[in-house]
Amino acid sequence: MTETRPTQPTEAADTAQPVLAVSDLTVSFPSEAGEVQAVRGVSYAVRPGEVLGIVGESGSGKSVSSMAVLGLLPESAEVTGSVKLAGRELLGLGDAAMSKIRGKDIGMVFQDPLSALTPVYTVGNQIIEALQVHQSLDKAAARKRAVELLDVVGIPDPKRRVDAFPHEFSGGMRQRAMIAMAIANDPKVIIADEPTTALDVTIQAQVLEVLKTAQEVTGAAIVMITHDLGVIAGFADRVQVMYAGRPVEAGPVDEVYYRPRMPYTIGLLGSIPRLDEARAEGTARRALTPIDGNPPKMVDPAPGCPFAPRCPIAVDQCHTDEPELTVAEGAEPPQALDSVRAGETPLTACHRAHEIGAGLDRDAVYPVPVLPEAGAIERLPRAERATVLELDGLVKHFPLTKGAIVKRTVGTVRAVDGISFDIREGETLGLVGESGCGKTTTLLEILDLPSGQAGTVTVFGKDIRGLNRADRKGLRRDMQIVFQDPMAALDARMPIGDILAEPLKTHGWDKARIAARIPELLDMVGLEPEHADRYPQEFSGGQRQRISIARALALEPKLVILDEPVSALDVSIQAGILNLLDELKTRLGLSYLFVAHDLSVVRHIADRIAVMYLGRIVELGAADDVFAAPSHPYTQALLSAVPLPDPRKERERSRILLSGDLPSPADVPSGCRFAGRCPKYSELGDSDQARCREEDPAAAVLGPDHTAACHFAAAVDVVESAVAH
Amino acid sequence: MSVQLPPATEPAPGPIPPGEADGRTAKARTSRLRLTVRRFARNRLALFGLFLLVLLFLGAYGGPFLTKWDYQQHDFLNFLSSPSGDHWWGTTQGGVDLFALTMRGLQKSLIIGLLVGVLSTFLSATVGAFAAYFGGWTDRVLMWIVDLLLVMPSFLIVAVLSPSFRGSTWLVFVVLLGAFSWMITGRVVRSMTFTLKDREFVKAAKYMGVPAPVIIFRHILPSMASMLIIDTVIQVGAAVIGESSLSYFGFGVQAPDVSLGTVIADNTTNASTYPWLFFFPAGCLVLIGLSISFVGDGLRDALDPNAAGAKARSHRKKSGKKQQPKRAPSATAAAVPAQTPDAQETAS
Repeated sequence: MTETRPTQPTEAADTAQPVLAVSDLTVSFPSEAGEVQAVRGVSYAVRPGEVLGIVGESGSGKSVSSMAVLGLLPESAEVTGSVKLAGRELLGLGDAAMSKIRGKDIGMVFQDPLSALTPVYTVGNQIIEALQVHQSLDKAAARKRAVELLDVVGIPDPKRRVDAFPHEFSGGMRQRAMIAMAIANDPKVIIADEPTTALDVTIQAQVLEVLKTAQEVTGAAIVMITHDLGVIAGFADRVQVMYAGRPVEAGPVDEVYYRPRMPYTIGLLGSIPRLDEARAEGTARRALTPIDGNPPKMVDPAPGCPFAPRCPIAVDQCHTDEPELTVAEGAEPPQALDSVRAGETPLTACHRAHEIGAGLDRDAVYPVPVLPEAGAIERLPRAERATVLELDGLVKHFPLTKGAIVKRTVGTVRAVDGISFDIREGETLGLVGESGCGKTTTLLEILDLPSGQAGTVTVFGKDIRGLNRADRKGLRRDMQIVFQDPMAALDARMPIGDILAEPLKTHGWDKARIAARIPELLDMVGLEPEHADRYPQEFSGGQRQRISIARALALEPKLVILDEPVSALDVSIQAGILNLLDELKTRLGLSYLFVAHDLSVVRHIADRIAVMYLGRIVELGAADDVFAAPSHPYTQALLSAVPLPDPRKERERSRILLSGDLPSPADVPSGCRFAGRCPKYSELGDSDQARCREEDPAAAVLGPDHTAACHFAAAVDVVESAVAH
Repeated sequence: MSVQLPPATEPAPGPIPPGEADGRTAKARTSRLRLTVRRFARNRLALFGLFLLVLLFLGAYGGPFLTKWDYQQHDFLNFLSSPSGDHWWGTTQGGVDLFALTMRGLQKSLIIGLLVGVLSTFLSATVGAFAAYFGGWTDRVLMWIVDLLLVMPSFLIVAVLSPSFRGSTWLVFVVLLGAFSWMITGRVVRSMTFTLKDREFVKAAKYMGVPAPVIIFRHILPSMASMLIIDTVIQVGAAVIGESSLSYFGFGVQAPDVSLGTVIADNTTNASTYPWLFFFPAGCLVLIGLSISFVGDGLRDALDPNAAGAKARSHRKKSGKKQQPKRAPSATAAAVPAQTPDAQETAS
């Protein structure tokens, strides 16, 4: 902790004088259960032009520490330590004094761009306000500057857009506007708190690019707070890993990613599914290494290292003494004291860091769970397996109506506009796409077993159109769903046992059988049978998702539809759920329809992939083919936008940046839907461009199990392109 | 793992060793009803309310046997006498023993109030939830009925209808009161159902194949239980008062039968000079409302798993006691970094 304290200016370090220096920051809140120690001693320093990444899971205190720096915590919070902005102490300043600093010397970018902008003022007015509060500019000058700023952050047609209201902006554009406000007064530091978490990957790539531009324009230091190790890898110079309110590892990005010395960091890096996952031909997929247990409660923390209860290599000392953040033994020896000050030396808070650096193999710290061998069904060639679910030209349009009394149709939202795919036994189909592309509508269309609109849905060989009530109920038994949010998907008023009994009761199981089945189900998903009496809120997010899975499996279905099952979970928990899903699939011979926006997760779990764009499937095929040779320009852009948790690869990759946002499904362009944003389109000749504009591309067959709906489909390797050679 | 996490709140996940799981026999689960009862019993105020309610019922039905007076009997030696050993709560202008009269009135008021409260809440919950869950024409037709009933002058209708059921059972009166008091809650329930029906746990049940009425009664209505329980409590109070005001005008409970309403109404003229004539029956009315709201609060907490009041008390006590001594070491730990940098360097 002491090592990163860069307070006294020394003769040598003047050029690299930190602009923001935080030392020994602690924050605690009073609560019903006792004092919550949210932050327990955070120290860092950033120099101009430098990017510091702070990573941690939810509840690790990363956001609270940044709020403390900004002085935005509620009055009840107790903050100690020191926060120095260019040598000036910020802690203890009143709100009025802080207001002069916030927005001027420190710019802020928050997670939710919708709530960070006031909906009743135009974007321009809000930027002008930000300018006029801190600078004496007249109206015309401020407006001119606002237009300039919007231009810097890449808002098209800024002269007109400056008068738009926040709701007229898409999520990505709002975040750009936020960045414009953050850099309006040439801040010395920009604090970005999960700036891209609420955005889709292609938009995330755009926004990160804008943040980089913003930094170049202002020369500010950036403190980037996120849970996404991939975002940090390509963006930050130095990184600090937080756990239970304390930094547990800090250092340059390469050092932390390639030579982590704290078991938590090692676990975190091992638990993320990766887009560049090497999967040799024919071998089973790699199991992720989850970190057991849950983060500790921040009330009355037990003595010792907070990670000790989850740590696979904890020794007795770990349970009694909390390790300090010190220079890791075995790391490169610090050349000079200045280097320590500047944070170039990796720091670790672990009693066994020196062993991990030297004798202990990093890959051996966490035992890799063994996935069961592929079952009989999974070994069969795809063509010989039975079809579980088949969609053929499914269409779902919603009418757009206007008028209070007499409703007239003024347009159509083409949420799902003719999609076809099939799922065979023992197979996982990953359905990916950005928000608004129609994934969820597709799911609901399958699950609602409707009988309207065009296209057919065939489940287990039965067309759902011709089904009567009893048949439908029977189908429901074989087709179950796991929802995204495990908090909302379980009825909070029912004990776990009743929740699991519900599907069984509905389908006519008798009491004795239900009573025997419930412990079996809990056991299957790794929970204790005693948990049946507890209510859902006594469980953590990951455990609740396990309960959801247990409920879905209660009736021994053949097809499980997973709607973003891990996107609400922290990475260390997510790995455990993904492993469980993998294991259950093999053991029970399930088929999955896995809907997700996270391509890395899909890459890990899916056998086949369908990429959706604006109500259509643009690319469909075996996962390995699609990831190795993405052929639709949209798939290529999507894949290239996913950040890899690997700093070296990240730096060498070139991104295909898409321009603009997803068009509204109410106003679908003619011809190819993607033409307006397509990077390939601009490179084509006139006659080819005309073809894209006018002719709707059909799915072109590219391989035995690989199709892409593009007139000029051609494979481009976007994941490994730079590294492979 | 158990070092850090109290097993009561954060069960340790992770797979169970197979041997251990096999050896364990499937223990019978505690039923939901028993869990609810246990949680209700932990709430002292709710138990007190229940005790009070039972006492009121016992008094209403057992009380008349304790006194030698009957509510129809006139003691011509004691008009408007104050409470005494002979007449515990005094007598009315007609020489009727007030205790006997109040107990008799309490019988009717309790029964009518509770029945109307439960009936109208049930009606509003069912109609509101069905209308919103099914939507479309079901919703439209049911809401027409609600709007129609809302604009009808219920007091006048009851007054007009009362001669036709004069002499028949007072249950008709309960039905009439109930039928005119559910509409506003029904609309509230409907709007709450609109948000609830898109919640994932409702969708999950739907996709499991659970029939719609079961979803409504198992998932949707319990989720708004606290609102419904509070509404019942308010309805009980309103029904007792509504019954009293109707009875006051001679439309409700008919003489020779009495209710708390008629007892209070009959004695209003003398209430200021002979206060016991007002205090005793009005006190009973207050006790009814109080006991029902205590029971209602307790039920709400027992049904709501988030309520702190219903959680196991031993757990709370333990954590409460732990706080004080435990805070000491953590405070010193926090104090160390707060010291001067030099002192800290020597310390580390």
